[in-house]
Amino acid sequence: MTGLFRRSVPESAENEAISAQGVIKRYGSLTAVDGVDLSIRSGECFGLLGPNGAGKTSLVRMIHAGSPPSAGRLAVLGIRVDRDPAGVKQRLGVVPQEENLDPELSALENLLVFARYHDLPKRVALPRAETLLEFMSLSGRASSPIAELSGGMKRRLLIARALLHAPPVLLLDEPTTGLDPQARHLVWQRLRRLKADGVTQVLTTHYLEEAAQLCDRIALMDGGKILRQGPPADLVRSEIGEEVIELRGDETLSARLQPLLDGRVRRCDRAGDTIYLYCTDARALLPRIAALQPSYMWHRPAGLEDLFLKLTGRSLRE
Amino acid sequence: MARYPTWHAVRVWQRNFDVFRKHSLPTLLGPSVGEPLLYLLGLGYGLGTLVGQVGGIPYVEFVAPGMVVSSAMFAAAYECTYQAHVRMVHQKTYEAILTTPLSLEDIVAGDVLWGTSKGVFNGSIVLVIAALLGLVKSPWMLAVPLVLALLAWLFAALSLAVAALARSFEFFNYYLTLFITPMFLFCGVFFPLSALPPWMHAVAKVLPVTLAVNAVRVLMQGHGGVGVMLPLLSLIPLALGAFVVAVLAVRRRLIH
Repeated sequence: MTGLFRRSVPESAENEAISAQGVIKRYGSLTAVDGVDLSIRSGECFGLLGPNGAGKTSLVRMIHAGSPPSAGRLAVLGIRVDRDPAGVKQRLGVVPQEENLDPELSALENLLVFARYHDLPKRVALPRAETLLEFMSLSGRASSPIAELSGGMKRRLLIARALLHAPPVLLLDEPTTGLDPQARHLVWQRLRRLKADGVTQVLTTHYLEEAAQLCDRIALMDGGKILRQGPPADLVRSEIGEEVIELRGDETLSARLQPLLDGRVRRCDRAGDTIYLYCTDARALLPRIAALQPSYMWHRPAGLEDLFLKLTGRSLRE
Repeated sequence: MARYPTWHAVRVWQRNFDVFRKHSLPTLLGPSVGEPLLYLLGLGYGLGTLVGQVGGIPYVEFVAPGMVVSSAMFAAAYECTYQAHVRMVHQKTYEAILTTPLSLEDIVAGDVLWGTSKGVFNGSIVLVIAALLGLVKSPWMLAVPLVLALLAWLFAALSLAVAALARSFEFFNYYLTLFITPMFLFCGVFFPLSALPPWMHAVAKVLPVTLAVNAVRVLMQGHGGVGVMLPLLSLIPLALGAFVVAVLAVRRRLIH
């Protein structure tokens, strides 16, 4: 599989794959993206996280020239999106959130027709398409109509389609939403392989495990703004701490817990029937809490989900 | 923001051609070729026995040019309403193509070009059949596809604009019944415009389909003159204008 992603576009000296400065997107009175600044480095995998309606998809659409920003500047590999959209799109592979394969064509035909939009001659496109079908574990499905593919296969075909012209930058809008665990892990493995080949990836997701698995850095978005950005582990450590203890018990548990809270507990949250203790070194604390006989107790490492919920709150977004 | 379409439009045409090749048979036998043929046989020969001659030629020969033109019009309109609407709205094909280096203008030009091709293709099939039936009297028939191209481009572009504005398929009923069908009935396809009341005559004689039917009739019959061809030039600015309207409508529909 070496050389699969050798550039069809001349290698750029540009170190910055994507830059956004003061990007705003308004739809009527709604501000979907509200002054975003980003600098995504070549070769990294960058995650955009946030609840529904945070502005992730709007931002991605603006990056691939699918939607004009209301204000601000966007560039891909140093090329301004507003000045040369075709040049930008030549360098981007886009995996949309909503499946838009051509139902009137087979899987292989979908790839060949798309290769033509990128001006790949058929003698180049055909072996390339076959290689990509194999890469995405779809070899046996080349002649299948789209309607006969499962959700996971369609998503893999969308990724193969986005890779046809060997783009240096790949945009993935919720690449694994709605997939079963097997299909999701397959997609993750392939994305890691692409990263090893030097493909810059920008993905939106609300699966925090996905971001933790794949991303070098993340930006957490809510209400159109970036709340925090950085490497996921660093963000979790600085915002949440190392460990979390989850507790459930009777109504008095919370009150009985108070005397035990000392400097090692950075924060104590309550959501519904569950109490969350964010700690740095909880081992000494554990037996004392266990003595309070909570009905449920789980000591675990802090994760992105804790960060996500701390920064974006626990209310439902629908 | 608006850009000129580039030769990349051909890529969209090729996509449609590939799909057409795969599913061509039902399309060929579909309404756009079959229906004009039925009219030609049923009305031309059937009604023709009652009507006799129109303007010195047998009725079936009078009707044939109108069948050629209207089949081109219907093919372009069908392709760029229902078919294009499905691609644009339901299948999200336009959005997929927009992530490639193609521009929105390329896509619109490609689909209008495709609608035009279908119009020319279907109209030409009717023309060939008319020739086989001995209804064509002049080698000038070879110029008919040029006239069809102009008219089909106009209707393809208008229809694509309608497809972009349509909220549902029902919308096309209005367009087809209130706009396309009158073109079919009152533009000299079935009877000379002189049969219309004066005010309708005044309107009908400048309609694009009338101009095309007059020209095609001359080319198929071989008598008439250049004078019938010149008004066709007025279709050029109309066709370009319709294309601009289509681009604006599709942009409004897809780019937010």
